[in-house]
Amino acid sequence: MRKKLLAAAAAVLLAGSLSASAADKLKVGFIYLGPVGDFGWTYQHELARQALVKEFGDKIETTYLENVSEGPDAERSIEQLVRAGNKLIFTTSFGYMDPTLKVAKKYPNVHFEHATGFKRDKNMGTYNGRFYEGRYIQGVIAGKMSKAGVLGYIGSFPIPEVIMGMNATILGAQTVNPNIKVKIIWANTWFDPGKEADAAKALLDQGADVIMQHTDSPAAMQIASERGKLAFGQDSEMIKFGPKTQLTSIIDNWAPYYIRRVQAELDGKWETDDVWDGLKAKMVVMAPYTNMPDDVKKLAQDTEAAIIAGKLFPFKCPIVDQDGKTVECKGGDHLDDGQVLGMNFYVKGIDDKIPGK
Amino acid sequence: MELLEPIILSILAASTPLLIAATGELVTERSGVLNLGVEGMMIVGAACAFGGAWLTGSVIVGAIFGIVAGVLLSLIFALMALGLAVNQVATGLALTILGVGISGLIGAGFVGERITPAPHLYIPGLTDIPFIGRILFGEDAFVYLSLALLAGVWLFLYRTRGGLILRAAGDSHVSAHALGYPVLRIRLYAVMFGGACAGLAGAYLPLAYTPFFIPGMTAGRGWIALALVVFASWRPLRLAIGAYLFGAVTILQLHAQAFSLGIPSQFMSSLPYLATVIVLVLISRARTGGSTAPAALGNTFVPDR
Repeated sequence: MRKKLLAAAAAVLLAGSLSASAADKLKVGFIYLGPVGDFGWTYQHELARQALVKEFGDKIETTYLENVSEGPDAERSIEQLVRAGNKLIFTTSFGYMDPTLKVAKKYPNVHFEHATGFKRDKNMGTYNGRFYEGRYIQGVIAGKMSKAGVLGYIGSFPIPEVIMGMNATILGAQTVNPNIKVKIIWANTWFDPGKEADAAKALLDQGADVIMQHTDSPAAMQIASERGKLAFGQDSEMIKFGPKTQLTSIIDNWAPYYIRRVQAELDGKWETDDVWDGLKAKMVVMAPYTNMPDDVKKLAQDTEAAIIAGKLFPFKCPIVDQDGKTVECKGGDHLDDGQVLGMNFYVKGIDDKIPGK
Repeated sequence: MELLEPIILSILAASTPLLIAATGELVTERSGVLNLGVEGMMIVGAACAFGGAWLTGSVIVGAIFGIVAGVLLSLIFALMALGLAVNQVATGLALTILGVGISGLIGAGFVGERITPAPHLYIPGLTDIPFIGRILFGEDAFVYLSLALLAGVWLFLYRTRGGLILRAAGDSHVSAHALGYPVLRIRLYAVMFGGACAGLAGAYLPLAYTPFFIPGMTAGRGWIALALVVFASWRPLRLAIGAYLFGAVTILQLHAQAFSLGIPSQFMSSLPYLATVIVLVLISRARTGGSTAPAALGNTFVPDR
């Protein structure tokens, strides 16, 4: 009797869980590095999640965990999403790479999408943006707009992602001003508004008149605005913080990719992938070109169009490093993706040293 | 030379929040209470200050909001650590976690908004003096306030009876209690003062330093303030040296990088911490022997009634 009761109870429970899943909602989970209101990196991922909800309505159910620090904590959080029934999970920062891989191996039936990493598996794909394409355009604009011929660049950490951005910027700037100079300050953090503001002040004090950054807060934009100088936004639209300051901004646009991947999952056609898209696929989008004369705007638009058309490669050969050595050209007439992804040298024209190199 | 003026201005701005928060924590610790929640009180102060300034358009109202928020949060700490004699370290850490959460909640509505930052003093004639004019007579109110606060705390601790009693509570709460002093009440006031200062220090960030609010914008400054108190061996003047030294090396290393001196930036970024620790330790060694920490620091006190 007791056994029967238990079995009945189990059957009811099972039926209950079946009916819950019978609603056929695909559960999609997200792991965020910062708060959704960081106005930068995480904010853009959150916008893409909202776009998913709008696109698929009640066919999907999304969950996000914010402020998840990179490291062991991440593994726990990812697993939590798996246990909550999420079938497709986006982990949106480089530092989640190993934790994601570990959880992916443990749950082969769940699909994972990891942003900006390079480790993949049957059920774990990666995606990243070619932000350097946007940086090249910014370089062209900066080269035209800088009266002093000195750009100020706030870096976060000396990793290839940031170094390729600096190189793309200076290569773009050199096309319009061969003698352009760049002053670089490494903040050694992704996010510290106060420090980013101090770095921007130091760069302006030392004669730079166009500020660009690879850190996350709008502090530098705000300082440039206070001083009546020019700046570029980062990750998202920052024109609010410098209506007369922002020239343009590189906007991370993850929504089309997220929609594509969720659609594939719904169709049962999800397969692991390795996507590195740029302006052409609209994964990288430029904010409106503002606070510049029409000829510079035209030049920026033409540059953007040429990159999209595949006529212009920011890292087109020959690329000469700062020691005057020509870099081997593995991609035909431009550097191949591997060379760009592992970029660990400054191009000619950057009068500085990569820290720790 | 012409760079020196903007550098000094930046140093003062960078040091001020550290100095304000650390001054408050110094008083708290001198009374024998270790409140590790400075970062949490600061970030809530920042969120409330920005909210206040954004809603009313007044920086002063914003600063008051920040102070009140800091005090309210410190009262939670006081209730736990003083009233219920819970472990102070655990309570303080919890307060920081709580503060980060609350500030995100409060600040969510203000992210992306802008306010007019705190005005800088301008005295015709004086502020226009080359070089020293802007440094001495052209700061925002927070900078002057931080110096007044420091001087006031020094006077209070070493020149008043109240200061002597507060230090007595921090060095031996049993003796202070036996002499008839209300140890818990003294500590409550000290904790509240620490909360007010932390709230004000937090308020400085969105009201003057970078006039917008973003979650997590204190970025660890509360922890640096805590460390400064220890390395300054609980003395106000050394605390000022430490805070300004930390700010100075922070700004100077940024300038050194922009000059591309070729020193690895990872080392440069660690310099403020290294320099401050080394200098303050050397000062303490030269002047006094033995431990200078308040003897009853971190010990809970339950009066026998």
